[in-house]
Amino acid sequence: MKKYILIAATVIVTCTSCNDDEFLNRDPRNILIDNQVFNDPAIVLSVVADLYARYPEYQQINGNVHDHANFNEAFSSQDYGRHGNQDFGYGDWGWWNYGFVRELNLFLEKIAIANQLDEGVRSRFEAEVKWLRASVYFDAVKRVGGVPLILQTLEYDFSGDPSYLRVSRAKEHEIYDFILQEMDAILPALPANAEIKDRATKGLAIALKSRAALYAGSIAKHGVRTPEVSLPGGEVGIPASMANGYYTTSLEASLQLLSGEMGNYHLYMKNPDSLSANFASLFIDKNQNPEAIFVNDFRLRSGKINHWTLENQPRSMSEDGVNGGRVNPSLNFVQSFELLGNNSFSPFPIRDASGNFIVYDDQLDIFRGRDARLYATVMLPGSTYRGSNDKVDIWAGLFRPQNGEIISADQPGVVQTVDGTDKQVVGFDGPINGFNFTAQTGFLIRKYIDPTPGAGQIGTQSDVWYIRFRIGEIVLNAAEAAFELGDLGLAAQHLNEIRQRAGFTTDLSAGDITFDRIVHERRMELAFEGHELWDMKRWRIAHLILDGQNMDANSLVQNIGVATKRKTQVYGLWPYKIHSPGSPDHNKWIYNIVQPNRVTNSDRFRIGNYYSFINDEIRNRNPLIVINPNQ
Amino acid sequence: MKSGYIYIMMLLYSCMLYSCEFDNYDEPSSILSGNIVYQGEPINVAINEVNLELWEPGWQLKNRIDVIMNQDGSYSASLFNAEYKLMFRQNQGPFRMITNPETQSDTIVVNVNGNTNLDIEVMPYYMIRNPQIVLEGSVFNASANIEQIIMGENARDVERVSLYVNQTMFVDNRGNYNLASRNLSAADIEDMGNVNLSLEMPNLVRGQNFIYARIGVKIQGVEQLIFSPVQRFNI
Repeated sequence: MKKYILIAATVIVTCTSCNDDEFLNRDPRNILIDNQVFNDPAIVLSVVADLYARYPEYQQINGNVHDHANFNEAFSSQDYGRHGNQDFGYGDWGWWNYGFVRELNLFLEKIAIANQLDEGVRSRFEAEVKWLRASVYFDAVKRVGGVPLILQTLEYDFSGDPSYLRVSRAKEHEIYDFILQEMDAILPALPANAEIKDRATKGLAIALKSRAALYAGSIAKHGVRTPEVSLPGGEVGIPASMANGYYTTSLEASLQLLSGEMGNYHLYMKNPDSLSANFASLFIDKNQNPEAIFVNDFRLRSGKINHWTLENQPRSMSEDGVNGGRVNPSLNFVQSFELLGNNSFSPFPIRDASGNFIVYDDQLDIFRGRDARLYATVMLPGSTYRGSNDKVDIWAGLFRPQNGEIISADQPGVVQTVDGTDKQVVGFDGPINGFNFTAQTGFLIRKYIDPTPGAGQIGTQSDVWYIRFRIGEIVLNAAEAAFELGDLGLAAQHLNEIRQRAGFTTDLSAGDITFDRIVHERRMELAFEGHELWDMKRWRIAHLILDGQNMDANSLVQNIGVATKRKTQVYGLWPYKIHSPGSPDHNKWIYNIVQPNRVTNSDRFRIGNYYSFINDEIRNRNPLIVINPNQ
Repeated sequence: MKSGYIYIMMLLYSCMLYSCEFDNYDEPSSILSGNIVYQGEPINVAINEVNLELWEPGWQLKNRIDVIMNQDGSYSASLFNAEYKLMFRQNQGPFRMITNPETQSDTIVVNVNGNTNLDIEVMPYYMIRNPQIVLEGSVFNASANIEQIIMGENARDVERVSLYVNQTMFVDNRGNYNLASRNLSAADIEDMGNVNLSLEMPNLVRGQNFIYARIGVKIQGVEQLIFSPVQRFNI
């Protein structure tokens, strides 16, 4: 009997079970599933934040700071290899980030079917990610030309033959057209609010339109300079006939943004009394800054901080041992700032007519009377870092006028016995050839340097933001597009807006506006903001500026302000202190043009560098991909 | 005793550097070499500037083997015995390929079996005929006849003719490969049949009693120049 009870009990236990729906279907505790994510605006926002954080960039303030020295606008005071090699690799600045594109497409497909979100919220997220996707394709087309335009996720059907997923490269102009159309399409869903700086707004969509259309227009127009940079299928190169259309689109977008209908954006002018201080604070003022359209924001003690100040503070006042001083603006760049008086270009006067060194009472005297942006972009010898007492200590040695002898040392700030007394013979910021973090060109960078105490400490660092789009660029876009369309008056008007903020009192007239002027103004205004490579490429002047020929000090000071002026090697301007006890010139200053001795080769941008190499691996997987010109 | 131990350890370590035959492939043993020529005359280019590509068909993945031209137009590559497809990069080099009768394209099929010599016949845009460089006192005087080879729709104009001087035997248009240069743009040349250039002897960076020079021609739309053979001068 006991046996039967046991059998019966076993049968009951094995044949009945609990409510399996409840017991087995459990929500995962370690991941969020689609339904949970796409129905909660807070979680969607954090997904979008991750996508924003992957916005593509080159030469920003938080990456490899040495990239700013790639094209001789600056010297890298630590990483000298780039000044000793000649060619840029064909693969440099390459792109094939379809992993990111897939994630953007996945997001768009999922947000499209999310039904628990408020429609306004949903369409704004959708528009933001579409903006990001367009800017990723803009990044791609700048780097490699027309790429396969993938706008939905590709799924493999496991049939054994994935070749149906191959997509060939779009024409270069098709990518630009996509970007422009996409901006028009997303515009209604975005807010028109100039207070929003770190998410997509109407202003940002129009700003991208202004920039992308300008790039497309200039590739079409200036492509004639390099007919070999084109492919028969149009993957590279835009027909010249399309230039005016793109310039018109760009100009309209710029004017729309400047008119204020997309939000209250205007040029930053909080400190009209000191225009150079005004220009410097444009980049670091995060409070109601009307200039910024879209930024990469940082925040102390949040994990998202930047090392620009840590890596570029003056070595003599470093808050982190002996760190800093990495990006040294070159004399090639510094001398290009115009004289305010008559809008003219002039090298720094270092010798008088009879060939003697000109003696300056104060280190800063040689730099006076120039474009206000010079003092805001560059820390000059004798200028201050933060307060009024902390002067940077940049000078290369003592100079004896009697015999031309130079007394110096190979360590910063060394004190030696000179004529019986102990004297410091070289500045604490150098310049000393090959000594890391000294100002090896005689200059340090000021743009984006954070004056907040602690910004130079490795444990704190800086939360200065990085402006990716600002209204100053839009004004210059308008000037350039107007110039290319032949409206010189309008071009002059916009150029003068920017120049008045830089302290110029004499306006340029319509007749003064040339291609060189447009190129020069962008170079000065937008220096170290990640524009230089793309600008040189779209104007098709990179192979002329970086032509692989050596330079000399004579040719350096000629043709300043010419768009195609050679810039293959970095030069510096070194101050020396006069040592001549008893003479009136004692402890005054002379300057000399010096080439940092780590500059041993001249950069060469080859025709094949205009569009980066798409490597063999990619082309093996998809034989429809054609190779870029001259590789 | 201690040193004996070290010797034993060193012996054991050096044994580790050897390996058996099973895990080693033979190195490529055949050498393909030759010149790029026009009617048998080598075409001089800048070293490291012009590449030809070898592709070995039949494999799943395709990767090119880059072969670099010497400045006298010669090349060589160590290869495995196999059939290769040889081509020049598009728009590189101061010449165009001749259509190959076998492949009906600019690709040449090369069968490498042991050491193989292959001169590649191409059509240069121009040839530098009869280059003369003489050193008179401290001045180089050069003359040459620039003969246009490719006529018709593929013809390209000369951009400039240049004379380059260098202290090493590598002489070309790149910054560190010439000590001094003299450029004559095409607009200033009256007669391509008789181009004359002169150049002052540059300051020598280091003392030596010889110097090298040659003439280069830059063709519009082609990055790489065509050169005359390098000449050596005693000074």
